[in-house]
Amino acid sequence: MTNEATAQIITANDLLSGEVVYLSDAGKWSPEHGDAALLGNVQADARLSEVQKSDPSVVGPYLAGATQRDDAPSPIHFREVFRTKGPSNRFLGKQAHAV
Amino acid sequence: MYNYTMFDKDFVANRAAQFRDQVQRRIDGSLTEDEFRPLRLMNGLYMLLHAYMLRVAIPYGTLSTAQMRALADVADRWDKGYVHFSTRQNIQFHWPHLQDVPDILEALAKVDMHAIQSSGSCIRSITSDHFAGAAEDEAEDPRPTAEFVRQWSTDHPEFAFLPRKFKVAVTGSKHDRAVTKLHDIGLTLVRNATGAAGYEVSVGGGLGRTPMIGKVLREFLPRADLLAYLDAILHVYNRIGRRDNKYKARIKITLHENGIDEIRRQVENNFKLQRARFDGSDQDIFARIEGDFEPPVFKQASIGGYEATRNDDPLFRSFTDTNLHPHKNTDYTIVTVSLKAHGATPGDASSAQMRALADIAQEWSHGELRVSHEQNIILPHVHKSDLPSVHKALRNAGLATANIGLISDLIACPGMDYCDLATARSINVAQGIATRFDELKLEHEIGHLKLKISGCINACGHHHVGHIGILGLEKRGVESYQITLGGDGTETAAIGKIIGPGFSADEILPAIERLIAAYLDLRLDASEIFLTAFRRLGPAPFKAAIYTDEVKNHAA
Repeated sequence: MTNEATAQIITANDLLSGEVVYLSDAGKWSPEHGDAALLGNVQADARLSEVQKSDPSVVGPYLAGATQRDDAPSPIHFREVFRTKGPSNRFLGKQAHAV
Repeated sequence: MYNYTMFDKDFVANRAAQFRDQVQRRIDGSLTEDEFRPLRLMNGLYMLLHAYMLRVAIPYGTLSTAQMRALADVADRWDKGYVHFSTRQNIQFHWPHLQDVPDILEALAKVDMHAIQSSGSCIRSITSDHFAGAAEDEAEDPRPTAEFVRQWSTDHPEFAFLPRKFKVAVTGSKHDRAVTKLHDIGLTLVRNATGAAGYEVSVGGGLGRTPMIGKVLREFLPRADLLAYLDAILHVYNRIGRRDNKYKARIKITLHENGIDEIRRQVENNFKLQRARFDGSDQDIFARIEGDFEPPVFKQASIGGYEATRNDDPLFRSFTDTNLHPHKNTDYTIVTVSLKAHGATPGDASSAQMRALADIAQEWSHGELRVSHEQNIILPHVHKSDLPSVHKALRNAGLATANIGLISDLIACPGMDYCDLATARSINVAQGIATRFDELKLEHEIGHLKLKISGCINACGHHHVGHIGILGLEKRGVESYQITLGGDGTETAAIGKIIGPGFSADEILPAIERLIAAYLDLRLDASEIFLTAFRRLGPAPFKAAIYTDEVKNHAA
């Protein structure tokens, strides 16, 4: 991870489809990284703990570093960038949904 | 091949039904994810980066045509029309939805397949030589033993929660194609001085972050003692294997920390107790299993057309030069079908290709297919007179790539394109290397070479035993690729040595090109393969070629 991470988002996989989802300001899960709520560290830990305890609709929620770019949260680590798209060897996953 | 009994069929069907109930309870909220996770893993269902992944066992790599067709149907109906053959003779579906998995398992149960023990700290699917029952150099068919061990290890109540996962491989040939020395237990079928059948038992091999070559625990174990001896090894491991640190929990570490003599002493003591429990009835079961692996009735026909077609058709000649292996019956041959078309994802096959393979095997390979840990498909029994027809059918399906054993026949784990444990991608590196050496038209000149790529230290791509290994890591926020040289997964097993600092995704292909150019310069002649040249010369000249002054300055 890099020092660029000044804020965090909460991400997970959807229980049924397995698709990557992000927790929004409204507390809903969205397939778009741009909808993710940017949280400070303390807030992020508390919110994650809440989700882990009480939200059965997702699998494996965790915190990922993100940064505000062009009015929307943007991933920092390349792993999280891949998660916003899908595999690079096949046009499947989110990149295909977007078409 | 092994025919499921009514007991086997009921067992697999019941497990699918149980899992349907468990999935329903997870969806309706009766089970939390923490409660459900071990249940789904026991049925091969993982959560990866973009989706669930279902890993279905193909015990010792043997598939019937009906099974291949059923797997293709699953790919079309519940996945995205393709599958991935893994480096452990398993098959992976990369896009199933949770609510569909019970239907998938029910469909697979109808063709005697399942995903049981394809994950978790248990004895995993038994692997074997992908040329089993066919290869000229084989002393004895290892599949009856593999099936015997599979039955013993399936749902074994005492070994369901081992310190860590446990992998067993079996070979019946002096040429080890099953990587037995890198398994928790490796069994080699041998005969003693009086001609009695038995096993050489090695233990404590493994890849991952601490690669180790297995050590021989018993040079000759009589066949009748196999299960008692396996029970003894697993008892000792289950008792003294470390559970405090998952990175030290595999039996290779138990062996390393206690020493082979101490492990042998404990196993032999325990073995005496275990052996008293066996009354010989297990050998009746072994004999019944053996009966299921009778060789097919080989046909008698002229092979004249084979040589004539070789002379007339250069593509056919090239294919038969690289993709065949000698069969026990000299009129027959073993065909390896490459799932490594240049630029394709190693191990991936479309549902249409899978059906074509089933059709080809049905017509020309006595209905048998095998899956290799090198991510290819084997047609084990092809009469040489049928090779032109087989080649034509493979070409029509896009499956006639003539590259077995060459640099583009590389293996790669799914890496960060799919896997949540990966630290870097591996498929893109595989595609880049295969495409580049095809463009250069050099791979036949380079000759026999095993290149293996893993996207993390867990080493699913077997990079430690590649003549050239590539390990994808993260370094300062970007993908970085480390090269190892001199690895070997055969009977002369060796762990590759790290050659120096890693390369970025853009730099790794040029580095491999420099390495190969150096090999072509340094080899005595075309018969000296890369591994032999490396063993003769040591790492220095290869290191000098990889790290030119320009590269060193850039790295600094």
